[in-house]
Amino acid sequence: MSRVNPKQRKRAMKNQKTFSPGRILPAPEHHLTAESVAAVGQSRRGFMRAAAGAAVAGVSGGALAQGAGKTDPPHIAPWTRSLGPGVVTNGYGMPSKFEAAVQRRESPGLTRTSQSSVSFTPLQNLFGIITPSGVHFERHHSGMPEVDPAQHRLMINGLVRRPLILTMDDIMRFPSVSRIHFIECGANTGMEWGNVAVPTVQYTHGMLACSEFTGVLLSTLLEEAGYDRKNGKFILAEGADGSALTRTVPMEMALNDVMVVYGQNGEMLRPENGYPLRLVVPGVQGVSSVKWLRRIEVGDKPWNAREESLHYIDLMPDGRHRQYSSVQEVKSVITAPSGGQKLLDKGFYEISGLAWSGRGRIKRVDVSTDGGRSWRTAKLQEPVLTKALTRFRIDWNWDGSPAFLQSRAVDETGHVQPTFGALRAVRGTRSIYHNNAIQTWNVQANGEVWNVQLA
Amino acid sequence: MSSSRKARWAAAGGVISIVLATSVLAQTVEGGRFGFGRVATPQEIAGWDIDVRPDGHGVRKGKGDARRGQEIYDAQCASCHGTFGESNNYMVIAGGVTKEDLKTGRAASLKAGEVRTVGNKLNYATTLWDYINRAMPWTNPQSLSVEDVYAVTAYVLHLNEIVPEDFELSDQNILKVQMPNRNGMTTEHGMRSVAGKPDVQGSLCMKDCVKEVKVASELPTFARNAHGNLAEQKRPLGPMRGIDTTRYEQGKAGAVKVAAAAPATAAAGPNPADVLKARACTACHAVASKVVGPSFQEIGTKYASRGDAAAYLVEKMKSGGVGAWGQIPMPAQPALTDAEAQAVAKWILGGAK
Repeated sequence: MSRVNPKQRKRAMKNQKTFSPGRILPAPEHHLTAESVAAVGQSRRGFMRAAAGAAVAGVSGGALAQGAGKTDPPHIAPWTRSLGPGVVTNGYGMPSKFEAAVQRRESPGLTRTSQSSVSFTPLQNLFGIITPSGVHFERHHSGMPEVDPAQHRLMINGLVRRPLILTMDDIMRFPSVSRIHFIECGANTGMEWGNVAVPTVQYTHGMLACSEFTGVLLSTLLEEAGYDRKNGKFILAEGADGSALTRTVPMEMALNDVMVVYGQNGEMLRPENGYPLRLVVPGVQGVSSVKWLRRIEVGDKPWNAREESLHYIDLMPDGRHRQYSSVQEVKSVITAPSGGQKLLDKGFYEISGLAWSGRGRIKRVDVSTDGGRSWRTAKLQEPVLTKALTRFRIDWNWDGSPAFLQSRAVDETGHVQPTFGALRAVRGTRSIYHNNAIQTWNVQANGEVWNVQLA
Repeated sequence: MSSSRKARWAAAGGVISIVLATSVLAQTVEGGRFGFGRVATPQEIAGWDIDVRPDGHGVRKGKGDARRGQEIYDAQCASCHGTFGESNNYMVIAGGVTKEDLKTGRAASLKAGEVRTVGNKLNYATTLWDYINRAMPWTNPQSLSVEDVYAVTAYVLHLNEIVPEDFELSDQNILKVQMPNRNGMTTEHGMRSVAGKPDVQGSLCMKDCVKEVKVASELPTFARNAHGNLAEQKRPLGPMRGIDTTRYEQGKAGAVKVAAAAPATAAAGPNPADVLKARACTACHAVASKVVGPSFQEIGTKYASRGDAAAYLVEKMKSGGVGAWGQIPMPAQPALTDAEAQAVAKWILGGAK
């Protein structure tokens, strides 16, 4: 550390007096561990001590842990001075060991056991619109079955001329399509209906993912089975897991864009996401995208299955439940900066987030940094696809004063994402499902960002 | 390939060699555009097509009474759902239903407040039958006979005071059961299809949209570390870091959490901590405190001196039982392997630490 340029040292000291928390320093100090960030705020000597300690202790999490002074120019890093492992060291690669923070997580206390539970996508750590398959959120009702694809069968029965049994070989022979769609659980943001309950975007919005799905259009299979065009008004999808989960899908939707999927992001589905076969009902709450799909039945009436009469029904203030509430309405959330994070410096930030609608494409996203007083329109990253996540970005200069970050999306039907107040005025606070309210992140003067709801 | 289709090909002037080649695919489906797969037989369909609808579609012939249902329920359901349907943190079976609700078909408790149960939410008894039949008991689904499903359904209806204690439910009367919330559902909303009209519309105001920005709700400090240390949940690169929330730590470990601290055995074989989690043992048992069943440490203490303790515990885990620790039965665990059961037994008898 004694090699730090005296000019930089001076600047660091000067910055300390001017700013709190510590300014992001130019190299080599700009890779800060949590300890060193705290130390910068205390004193320069403290910072140096903490940094040296971190280097000695080999604390993970930043370049300091590698011994910053030994790898920064003009020094040559050990990975530059050695021969690395060869190809196929990992036949199916995993993320770098330095990415250990990026994990699916459960929300403690939300469910009793992990077999009937949900884990959340770490949205705060992701870029772009595609969710890596390994961190796609999970929702199981009777645990994750291990299905042998060679033994798996899809039955199509009910109001069809030719009830079929298809093997995976059969299904993969049909003409296929690849499409990018989001899947959002109907209960996403459900914990926040009444008040703030969870700290980060992983838990507020993490029952959300977006993937490139490959499979057969359900319409292709229904036509192959010769479905009853007159009386076939609905289909039932059924899983092969222990819950044999069932959901009704209206025929109009089934024939439009519903897919019987085996591929996800270039590989086969992961076991957590329904290997080897699942339904994907674009734009509709995730429970309809039945995993480990074993059966499609064509019928003339909806089924009133458990997951459409005991759960996945929206309780309204008058005590009635909205049944067959399917479409995930227009919604957005800022993922950076977001709850549970700390801004290390004043100055330029790129505010970035995700927007989506079950009714089609995102037309526009506005961002406010003053709690909804004023709004600016964000840039949308291409491609902007129907029923898919859309990444938005907007420039922001943080002056160190408290800020309230919000985003609101507009979809191609003109539906505008509402505030919590507007939503509660109609739907109350006990619905559990379909909370698409505007999210607020409070940036405090100390740089910490916390989840808040505004009056 | 059927002879009629062959004939059609031939009549259309199809080349003979094509007819021969396609005829190899003996099981293809006639009439489909692609002909992939095969036709499902009635027996195959009967085995999988188990769904039951409120209009009577799929109702199975059979019957069962609530008294028999209670026997099955106490043995196979009560461990999770509670002796009176009050639940041990699983779906609450009974409650929130009044005599008045049975008349109106609207469970008044849903408007009033917090109680949500099978009894006050469900609109049709057929759905209850269907779900018990397809998915219960949780650790051993599709193991009950048709008669048993009728009996358990009758008992659950009785727990909600919808039918008398000696009620016999059957294919003849299941459609006539009047559920207390049968009129409590509505499909009058805009979320059934893309074309539906939204009930809440936001504002496109760009300037001076709100007068005062006031925080109405924020995360209490005691909850800030409840999801673990947020510093470890954000990649430590870029313009932000996760906040170190350990300063908000409560300083007490949850009962279930302790199970995760079970030692990773260096020897080959299943790790007890993994087994406890994967097989849902911790749904009912904690390390040091009673939950639904006795704590692992209590079990260890009770059986430590027994010569065949390990074998006894393995057998108990796999086949379940009732009486040794009280009247809440432990369900059988058919999915548990011998190796897993032995690893857990060894860990319990070693003090469950």
